[in-house]
Amino acid sequence: MSVFESIRVAWGGLVGNKLRSTLTMLGVIIGVSAVIALVSIGQGARQQVTAQIQGLGSNLIMVIPRGNGAGRLYLDDVADLTKRVPEISVAIPDLTRQVVVKWGTSEYTTTAEGTAPGYEQVRNHNVADGRFLIQADIDQRRHVAVVGYKLYTDLFGERNPIGEQILINGSSFTVVGLMDPKGQGLGTDYDDRVIIPISTAQRMMGTNRVQTILAQARSSGEASQAVARITAIYQKKFPTRNPGTDDAMMVQSQDQILSTVTTATQTMTLMLGGIAGVSLIVGGIGIMNIMLVSVTERTREIGLRKAIGAKRRDILAQFLVESMILSLAGGLVGVLLGMGLSRLGALINIPSTVSLASIITAFVFSAAVGLFFGIYPAMKAAVLDPIEALRYE
Amino acid sequence: MAVATPVIEFRQVAKIYNPGEAEVRALDNVDLTIEEGEMVAIMGPSGSGKSTMMNLIGCLDRPTSGEYRLLGEEVGRKSDNELAEVRNRRIGFIFQTFNLLPRLTAVQNAELPLLYRGGPTPVRREASRKALEAVGLGHRLHHRPAQLSGGESQRVAIARTIAADPAIVLGDEPTGNLDSRSGAEVMAIFQDLNRRGRTVIVVTHDDQIAHHCRRIVRLRDGKLVRDETVAKPLVASPASMPLAGALGGAGLAGAGSTGSGGGRG
Ligand SMILES: Nc1ncnc2c1ncn2[C@@H]1O[C@H](COP(=O)(O)OP(=O)(O)OP(=O)(O)O)[C@@H](O)[C@H]1O
Ligand SMILES: [Mg+2]
Repeated sequence: MSVFESIRVAWGGLVGNKLRSTLTMLGVIIGVSAVIALVSIGQGARQQVTAQIQGLGSNLIMVIPRGNGAGRLYLDDVADLTKRVPEISVAIPDLTRQVVVKWGTSEYTTTAEGTAPGYEQVRNHNVADGRFLIQADIDQRRHVAVVGYKLYTDLFGERNPIGEQILINGSSFTVVGLMDPKGQGLGTDYDDRVIIPISTAQRMMGTNRVQTILAQARSSGEASQAVARITAIYQKKFPTRNPGTDDAMMVQSQDQILSTVTTATQTMTLMLGGIAGVSLIVGGIGIMNIMLVSVTERTREIGLRKAIGAKRRDILAQFLVESMILSLAGGLVGVLLGMGLSRLGALINIPSTVSLASIITAFVFSAAVGLFFGIYPAMKAAVLDPIEALRYE
Repeated sequence: MAVATPVIEFRQVAKIYNPGEAEVRALDNVDLTIEEGEMVAIMGPSGSGKSTMMNLIGCLDRPTSGEYRLLGEEVGRKSDNELAEVRNRRIGFIFQTFNLLPRLTAVQNAELPLLYRGGPTPVRREASRKALEAVGLGHRLHHRPAQLSGGESQRVAIARTIAADPAIVLGDEPTGNLDSRSGAEVMAIFQDLNRRGRTVIVVTHDDQIAHHCRRIVRLRDGKLVRDETVAKPLVASPASMPLAGALGGAGLAGAGSTGSGGGRG
């Protein structure tokens, strides 16, 4: 019997029991759509995080004292690193704190970020209006501020903020610049902040340290060299028992962070896909279950078909094609449903990306499920003894 | 007159179920020869081995011992696939319980053996339709078994055999579930098939039915106890069947060729 005839016979078997076929397919539909939806959410999350990390700046290197308190960073370190590490082009200090900003009667809680010129280059974030901080602001510990875009709209509305006086934790500052809108990234809103000279920030916050040093490597190829050099510098400065594992200073390039996060989100995606895959397997068990019932119900039919000349492989094909149709049709509907679900997720701001790879994987997997769980019932049907099958009540 | 190869040749054929402890000798070293074009009734009390014998003849089963030659070929040596092929091309089985597939229409049911034989769909459809017309069901082509009477159902089952055009037609109590009128219709078709050279073997409990055959073979406890010839077989009244004429027409001739050798009639 030709493949085409097998498909026709199998199709007849399925159509003869529409409700049951649909319900059986539902298991696969749910499994496949769950795989598609969850994997696309995982991939969406990864793309978002990746974009955010890339948005931190370009060829960025972060130097952060570890929580154990062994390492400390001062303003001098910034100049020191710039001098001693030829692979970096700029380095800037960073010190942030929650502050209350007042203008007239408006009052907002936001983040004050003390930093220095070079921020624009390192962060890849420029002023839209007015000017950024200059070295003189740092040297003279001026009370000048550059406002982020969100703070600006919240505080000033439509008004031009340049030249306005604002109060930051009660101290008066002159607004000299307005940053471009940049958006969110890694748990912070770059637009919801006010940027002030690092020296002014240190005085306000009563510290002579800086939280972080941000440096920019001359190229992405030089970043790892720079990281190695900076790491060595601080390992020497703050010796520890196990250099490399309990260093006082954490030095990471953007690429390293990126690969760490990528690995993490990949693991998450795999886990989500795996969990959804389990439901696909449950769907497969549903197919097997119903195919076994169907084989039993149709024992006499199998006996008759054999009596009039069906070979084992004809019967095998008939039932295998049935389970394959169930799983492939379920897979197809599941893919569409999964794409719909992830589209729906995008509407409510759950980032998701449906990749061709996940569609193909889910589809192939559902076909494999149909084959795997269909083979046993089909074999059972194929090896039935025609005489006993014909006698079956 | 050259002696043709017998259609069916049993030599010391035995069928033993559950060999060992509770073994059942369903057939006990039976010798039987049936020539081409014969019409034979098999009779015997319940449990005497009639169905067992039919299943062996029909290649649904293999003998435990002994030799069975079908159209000159030893069946015991054939593979499962070869037996399926033989059942498909040489044998037509008609059962007491009709065994139609409930989801298929009459014409689809009659087409089934051809489906496993292959060939273009229109040709199969046509053969199936002609076979149904030959048994007087030209007006029931698209009915499902549930919409047919018992007699009509059995005629669809016979059409299924006619469409496949086998050399041997086997009926295991084909009239067992039918009233006498429908039974007579079935026997009339069988006699017509026989007239056209098919070898027909019918298992029955009914003397009346058996006497439509020229030869009656009796079994008891798995042994062949009597083999008699009916001098003047009954002729099933074709009057009850306006289709006898149709059968003589395109019906059988158009039902496709089995390619089975030997002249008939
Ligand atoms: N699969 C089997 N396993 C064991 N014993 C069997 C099997 N099939 C048939 N038998 C036995 O073989 C014997 C012959 O059975 P068979 O079906 O051939 O009888 P039968 O002549 O057709 O009877 P009936 O007229 O009731 O149909 C019986 O004793 C039966 O119980
Ligand atoms: Mg019987």
